[in-house]
Amino acid sequence: METELIKDEVVPRILEWQISTVVKVRLETQNVKTFTLALPNWTAHRAGQHYDVRLTAPDGYQTQRSYSIGSSPEQRGEIELTVERLEEGEVSTYLHDVLILGDQVELRGPIGGYFVWEASIGGPLLLVAGGSGIVPLMAMIRHRRAVGSNVPVRLLYSSRTYEDIIYRDELEMLHMDRSGLEVFHTLTRARPQLWDGYKRRIDMQMLEEIAKPLGKDLKAYICGPTSLVEGVANGLVTLGIPAVQIRTERFGPTGTT
Amino acid sequence: MSGPFLSRGFIGKRSQDGPADRVPPGQYLTRDFPVLSAGPTPHTSLDRWSFEINGLVRQPVRWSWAEFRLLPSRDFTVDIHCVTKWTKLDTQWEGVSIDTLLETVEVDPNAHYVMAFCDGGYTTNIPLSEIIGGKAFVGYQYNGAPLAPEHGGPARLVVPALYFWKSAKWVRGLTLIEKDEPGFWESLGYNNHGDPWKEERYYGDRTD
Repeated sequence: METELIKDEVVPRILEWQISTVVKVRLETQNVKTFTLALPNWTAHRAGQHYDVRLTAPDGYQTQRSYSIGSSPEQRGEIELTVERLEEGEVSTYLHDVLILGDQVELRGPIGGYFVWEASIGGPLLLVAGGSGIVPLMAMIRHRRAVGSNVPVRLLYSSRTYEDIIYRDELEMLHMDRSGLEVFHTLTRARPQLWDGYKRRIDMQMLEEIAKPLGKDLKAYICGPTSLVEGVANGLVTLGIPAVQIRTERFGPTGTT
Repeated sequence: MSGPFLSRGFIGKRSQDGPADRVPPGQYLTRDFPVLSAGPTPHTSLDRWSFEINGLVRQPVRWSWAEFRLLPSRDFTVDIHCVTKWTKLDTQWEGVSIDTLLETVEVDPNAHYVMAFCDGGYTTNIPLSEIIGGKAFVGYQYNGAPLAPEHGGPARLVVPALYFWKSAKWVRGLTLIEKDEPGFWESLGYNNHGDPWKEERYYGDRTD
């Protein structure tokens, strides 16, 4: 083997199902909502991890889906799941159309031990998101802020339109406060009249502009649709970033075959 | 609280409901072939590719791509189950049965597990008994075309009876070992065994 993937130490823990309570619902965009869930058996997650949600019908029919945690581990006792409503989705349509404040949701987690970042891992960090792929990266960004880390971070975030940018105001605020987090948006479909960000799908030139100032030691986390993840990961390898420094997670609706 | 938890107002779409004997608990059907990987897709040129069987065998063996393609192959139609909840029925592959590969080596009777190793550094552990007897193969054609790199091409291990992370992409060989040890995802919170019918998704999951 030429390379070895880095395995962080994790203490295994049996994941029990638990019943959470919806304590807040926030509309992020026209088809994305954030559900804040209070957990009776809360444990600190690692930024980037997810929970499994399980729905049960009166006749015993069950279905499960995984959702990334958007909140930081420092937000104790509760987690925030940011969920995009998929027209064909069985669970996301239930969460969006049925679930209200005070409802209960069965879930278990946190899950996943590779697509994670915590301040001790260090940086500099390159975060690349497409659409709702921002969610696990936002947990990393919020964790970084909560612990006062000064690791340099550049976020490149691809959305369809300005209105589709999830966490837009918070990202704007974090970008403006000059804490070492720089946010770069690209809008692939429609732009506001006075848009000074990128206006195309992520390509090599864009990637080079964003990644270069971070140097070859950067750690990259990429989350989004398959085509974006594949393109960006391959692009970073082409730019000379070692594969072991690039972690990927696919997110959002399943693509075509 | 008495009785099982019910999700208020949930009936379920069930449009993706499949035959109960082919869709394991907690899974839903997809027609897509989602791509999940921990890192960038490796691109190993075929003239640098090889497949090895080593570890507890009398004589390790190594095939070049050309040699591997000359091994007797067959077609496989199998259902696959990903731990991220999707199940895909009747996937069509061409590849070489693990039985065919192991016939070429003399397996040490102390070998009870295999560790699959891959381009990119990925590993996964499987009991030897669960990849022999026609239960697993190394696939290089999918739907009649060369297996795409993002799906594990040029060749991936396919072990349909276990969650699909055990079906290692970009596989380059198998190491036969005596004692079980966790591979990549198995040391990161996922189940050591991964039987979808027992819903062995994560560390500590078991149905007995």
